Amino acid sequence: MQIRIADVAKDFGRTGALRGVSLDIRDGELIALLGPSGSGKTTLLRVIAGLEIPKTGKIYFDGEDATGMSVQRRRIGFVFQNYALFKHMSVADNIAYGLTVLPRAERPPRSVIRQCVQELLDLVQLSGFGGRYPRQLSGGQQQRVALARALAVKPRVLLLDEPFGALDARVRKDLRRWLRELHGRTGHTTVFVTHDQEEALELANRVAILNEGRLEQVGTPDEVYDNPASAFVMSFVGETSSIPVESDGSGLMHEGRRIEATFSGSCTGPARLFARPKDLEIGAAAEGRLPGRVVNLHRTATGRRARILVGSGPALVESEVDVAAALAVGDAVGVIVRRGRVFPA
Amino acid sequence: MRLKQTSALPGFGLSVGYTLLYLSLIVLLPLAALVAEAARLGPGGIWLVAADPRVSAALRISFGLALAAAMTDCIFGLLVAWVLTRYDFFGRRFVDAAVDLPFALPTAVAGISLATLYAPNGWIGALLAHIGIKVAFTPAGIFVALVFVALPFTVRTVQPLIGEIDRGVEEASATLGASRFQTMRHIVLPMLTPALLTGFALAFARSVSEYGSVIFIAGNLPYVSEIAPVLIVIKLEEFNYPGATAVAVIMLAIAFMVLLAINLVQAWSRRRFANA
Amino acid sequence: MPEQKRGQAILPSVTTEAPVVRTILIAVALVFLALCLILPVVVVFNEAFRKGLAAYLSTFADPDALAAIRLTLIVAAVAVPLNMVFGIAASWAIAKFEFIGKSLLITLIDLPFSISPVVSGLIYVLLFGAQGIVGPWLKAHGIEIIFALPGIVLATIFVTFPFVARELIPLMQEQGSTDEEAAMTLGASGWRAFMTVTLPNIRWGLLYGVLLCNARAMGEFGAVSVVSGHIRGVTDTMPLHVEILYNEYNFAAAFAMASLLTLLALVTLAAKTALEIRYGDALAHTARF
Repeated sequence: MQIRIADVAKDFGRTGALRGVSLDIRDGELIALLGPSGSGKTTLLRVIAGLEIPKTGKIYFDGEDATGMSVQRRRIGFVFQNYALFKHMSVADNIAYGLTVLPRAERPPRSVIRQCVQELLDLVQLSGFGGRYPRQLSGGQQQRVALARALAVKPRVLLLDEPFGALDARVRKDLRRWLRELHGRTGHTTVFVTHDQEEALELANRVAILNEGRLEQVGTPDEVYDNPASAFVMSFVGETSSIPVESDGSGLMHEGRRIEATFSGSCTGPARLFARPKDLEIGAAAEGRLPGRVVNLHRTATGRRARILVGSGPALVESEVDVAAALAVGDAVGVIVRRGRVFPA
Repeated sequence: MRLKQTSALPGFGLSVGYTLLYLSLIVLLPLAALVAEAARLGPGGIWLVAADPRVSAALRISFGLALAAAMTDCIFGLLVAWVLTRYDFFGRRFVDAAVDLPFALPTAVAGISLATLYAPNGWIGALLAHIGIKVAFTPAGIFVALVFVALPFTVRTVQPLIGEIDRGVEEASATLGASRFQTMRHIVLPMLTPALLTGFALAFARSVSEYGSVIFIAGNLPYVSEIAPVLIVIKLEEFNYPGATAVAVIMLAIAFMVLLAINLVQAWSRRRFANA
Repeated sequence: MPEQKRGQAILPSVTTEAPVVRTILIAVALVFLALCLILPVVVVFNEAFRKGLAAYLSTFADPDALAAIRLTLIVAAVAVPLNMVFGIAASWAIAKFEFIGKSLLITLIDLPFSISPVVSGLIYVLLFGAQGIVGPWLKAHGIEIIFALPGIVLATIFVTFPFVARELIPLMQEQGSTDEEAAMTLGASGWRAFMTVTLPNIRWGLLYGVLLCNARAMGEFGAVSVVSGHIRGVTDTMPLHVEILYNEYNFAAAFAMASLLTLLALVTLAAKTALEIRYGDALAHTARF
């Protein structure tokens, strides 16, 4: 099912405000709503679900205006951050719930429901757990039951609210992989909310980045990573350092001196130059390079990093350096910007 | 032998000693008198008293009406607790405080006031008389008094649990297509059942032992509207200590068994519905 | 924050009932409560003033009535402080220490709540009454307990001693012992720690418990009725006097007396609510009966 969100605004939800967000979600895609807390991503998800009513704007499901539709009629599957499993029901009863509350005319016979539950248990790899109760399951298992429960009613779209937020890192990684495989197999339109950019970049077909209730950018992981549309996106997705510069249309000036840098984006006047650690290179201080001094050297899981105080400070940049490079704290260096991006200050 | 974990805090001896002394004087000694008197009667003597038709009638009335009142209070108590916790309306705080009235009001005051209210010429009594219902001086009057007295027990037991319900579970139910009524029936009510049972037990215990609020409205006609506590008082006034003790012991025994049964049901329901 | 208009739910719309349902439920609840709770109180004052203010006031000119009021006040003045000390001692013992028999102790403290007030009075009669266990001995020495002030005080103590303890025990358990331990590491003696650290921590819970204890002590009927002998002017407390007046068909006077007790109840409720609103987190977070 494709979803069109048209200029949706909401004053106060339980989470954050939304200011005129418009977004088109394609049929069958796995899209992530990414942003810091308070950015409105959970509010947006709940608006799609019908758990919150927008103040202005409209939602369309496959072209049909769904803005006023009750949550029950929307046929969505919602997975909550803390699972919200019915503790007094067994796993099987939890999964069957959506089917048991159907009106009599539409309700399938009990044997069909039982079979459906069994198929879903197999799908989420919890066959045989039907008789257990939520308190007997681990966090990861509970989340899979929640997913199975949401899938039982054959939803048109799956909405996941920070589905792995309450789990520890190892389980999170496993479940991420598992969710991607599941999506590949079932092809449901899936929208999930996360504040973890690694998760968004790894899982999603497209990423929608929200900040303070506004949609900053939507695109594939490559697009938002390599071509960020704003300073926020650039610094939120992936690591960045930035320094204040002056742009005069033909080049960049830093503290009055012209610097040579390969960069994209154009503007005039005060600006900021953003660059990722791997796109900065440390060399000897020279004309056209950013002057700086090494203030910190540390190892990382993948190599070595240097933190450099640029110019008269206080701007700091981080750069990846060769493990073998002969650098020491206090060295005066010149920073070469191999690839950067400029945004207005 | 270590009687307690050693703790740096002082005052163990003083506090426990004083507590035990007080309890012994005020509680244990008089209770021992009860036990002694009951022992003197022996099971045979107690059974003899229980078999007395007037006594068994009074017990039937006491326990039967207490059950009915407790159940009524469970239903209305749930309603009141829900309305007070989930909705907001003008005067909600006031109403919330008023629920404790039966608990704070002296039983004798409640007694004469209810008797006046439901008497044939009372405000409500007159209205009911129009449709042929007589409340004062009948078992119905006892029922009304017990409903009044036990209400706070059901409301206050359920209220905190209603406030603690995880809204996400109700939302989950809605996203799965359940109507509001279905959510209440399948999800909310089961979650509240343990508390409802506790409230029922407390309301029942209170209703069985109630005296002051009942005697004015009841009429106290033997075999019809005479409750067990009244019988105890009558026997005491006749200096029939054994008789009074016997009735008291029977009351305690039955109440104990009923509460035990409720406790078992509660433990089951907590396992079944609560599962923290 | 979702709006809180009249009749509106405090919560977002998915997890609450339709407005029509809400209104009906509120109406039913309010009607039930009005009938059940409010009307009786209204009746008390209506009947008390039925014959006018003069008749109302004359009730209290009667010496027996004054004696009843005096007796009630004396009983409360003795029972409440004693129970307060007990409550503090018991909750200190239970909250700060582990020992064998602790749960038995807690059960014993809950006992008066599980037995009928009439039975509470009965046990004292069995002990001290004319044909009771120590009755003859008391008579021989001219000591009167049953049908006299001491009996009434004892029965009242029995019925009301749990109130302070039941409020303080969970409160002190919630608060733990770290404050007192900190005081002691700083050199305070046990008493000093108690006076300067514990008491201030529990003061609102203590006040709350004392309020409830007092209300029940002044209003107790069943237990006192059994031990008092109903001797007008001597062993009549206010609730018993209400009964006497009512049984004599002296309704106006009975309700006049009752109105005083009702005022006490209302003041207690108001004070209790005020404490809960203002100092809610300084009170124990459990059901309080």
